[in-house]
Amino acid sequence: MTEQIAAVAGPDVDSAEWLRVLAGTGPQREEGLARLHALLLRIARAEVARRGPRLRLTGPELDDLAYQAAADALIAITSKLGQFRGESRFTTWAYKFVIFEVSTKIGRHFWRHPSVPFDAEDWERLPDRFGFDPAREAEWRDLVVALRRAVDEELTTRQRRVFVALVLNGVPLDALVIELASNRNAIYKTLFDARRKLRAALAANGYIGDDGWRR
Amino acid sequence: MNGWSALERFLRTDPSDVGCAEAMELLHIYAELAAAGAPVEERYPGVAAHLRACGPCGEDFEGLLAAVRGEAH
Repeated sequence: MTEQIAAVAGPDVDSAEWLRVLAGTGPQREEGLARLHALLLRIARAEVARRGPRLRLTGPELDDLAYQAAADALIAITSKLGQFRGESRFTTWAYKFVIFEVSTKIGRHFWRHPSVPFDAEDWERLPDRFGFDPAREAEWRDLVVALRRAVDEELTTRQRRVFVALVLNGVPLDALVIELASNRNAIYKTLFDARRKLRAALAANGYIGDDGWRR
Repeated sequence: MNGWSALERFLRTDPSDVGCAEAMELLHIYAELAAAGAPVEERYPGVAAHLRACGPCGEDFEGLLAAVRGEAH
């Protein structure tokens, strides 16, 4: 599915000024680059601080990550200036690059201290991954057995590999992208197709219907 | 959320979900409209469906939204 973008007359005044300065030469461009870098660094720092509590990163590592993200975003932005079409403010478009860089760098950082190999297969984890209550195992045991059977019998090798990494082992999607030398869209699509197949298998075996579980 | 509802949510896929590539392509437009209070889920339902289902893209959206809102203040 492709969503249509509303036609725009062109960039607003501030955005046009950013484009003029960054596409220029000499001291004015250098000053513009420094100003943009400062903005990107501020956004990167705020973003790593926002995500920081959920990451195993310390203060200096977070700041280093923010610096790297701002620097790499600046390079990406200056090389893609021609792609800015004025559909948002220039700064919003630029911030998107630094947010993506923060995500990529956090994904790389995961592999410095992985909690589990991405392809380990400890299926005892499966109920816990979805938060099933061990005290009520009698209620969900058959379902989890059926789910595992569907993983084995219905998924392709790659879908199974992605399911094991993301679901069973809790590897972050951006970290798996790096491990498999892939991209976010491809990994998401692989899991999306796997989810559809698993639901269809559970429906075919009477575990789930359009209106929910058959218990 | 218990195991049943978490698994049901995991298995549920939305056919209108545009995927990561298109959501990332439109994210700056979507975030700016959302920050302005526009009915962005109606304007871009496929992006909205994707952001609900994809943790990493949803995280990027929250970050970009915070950046745009922070700039406005």
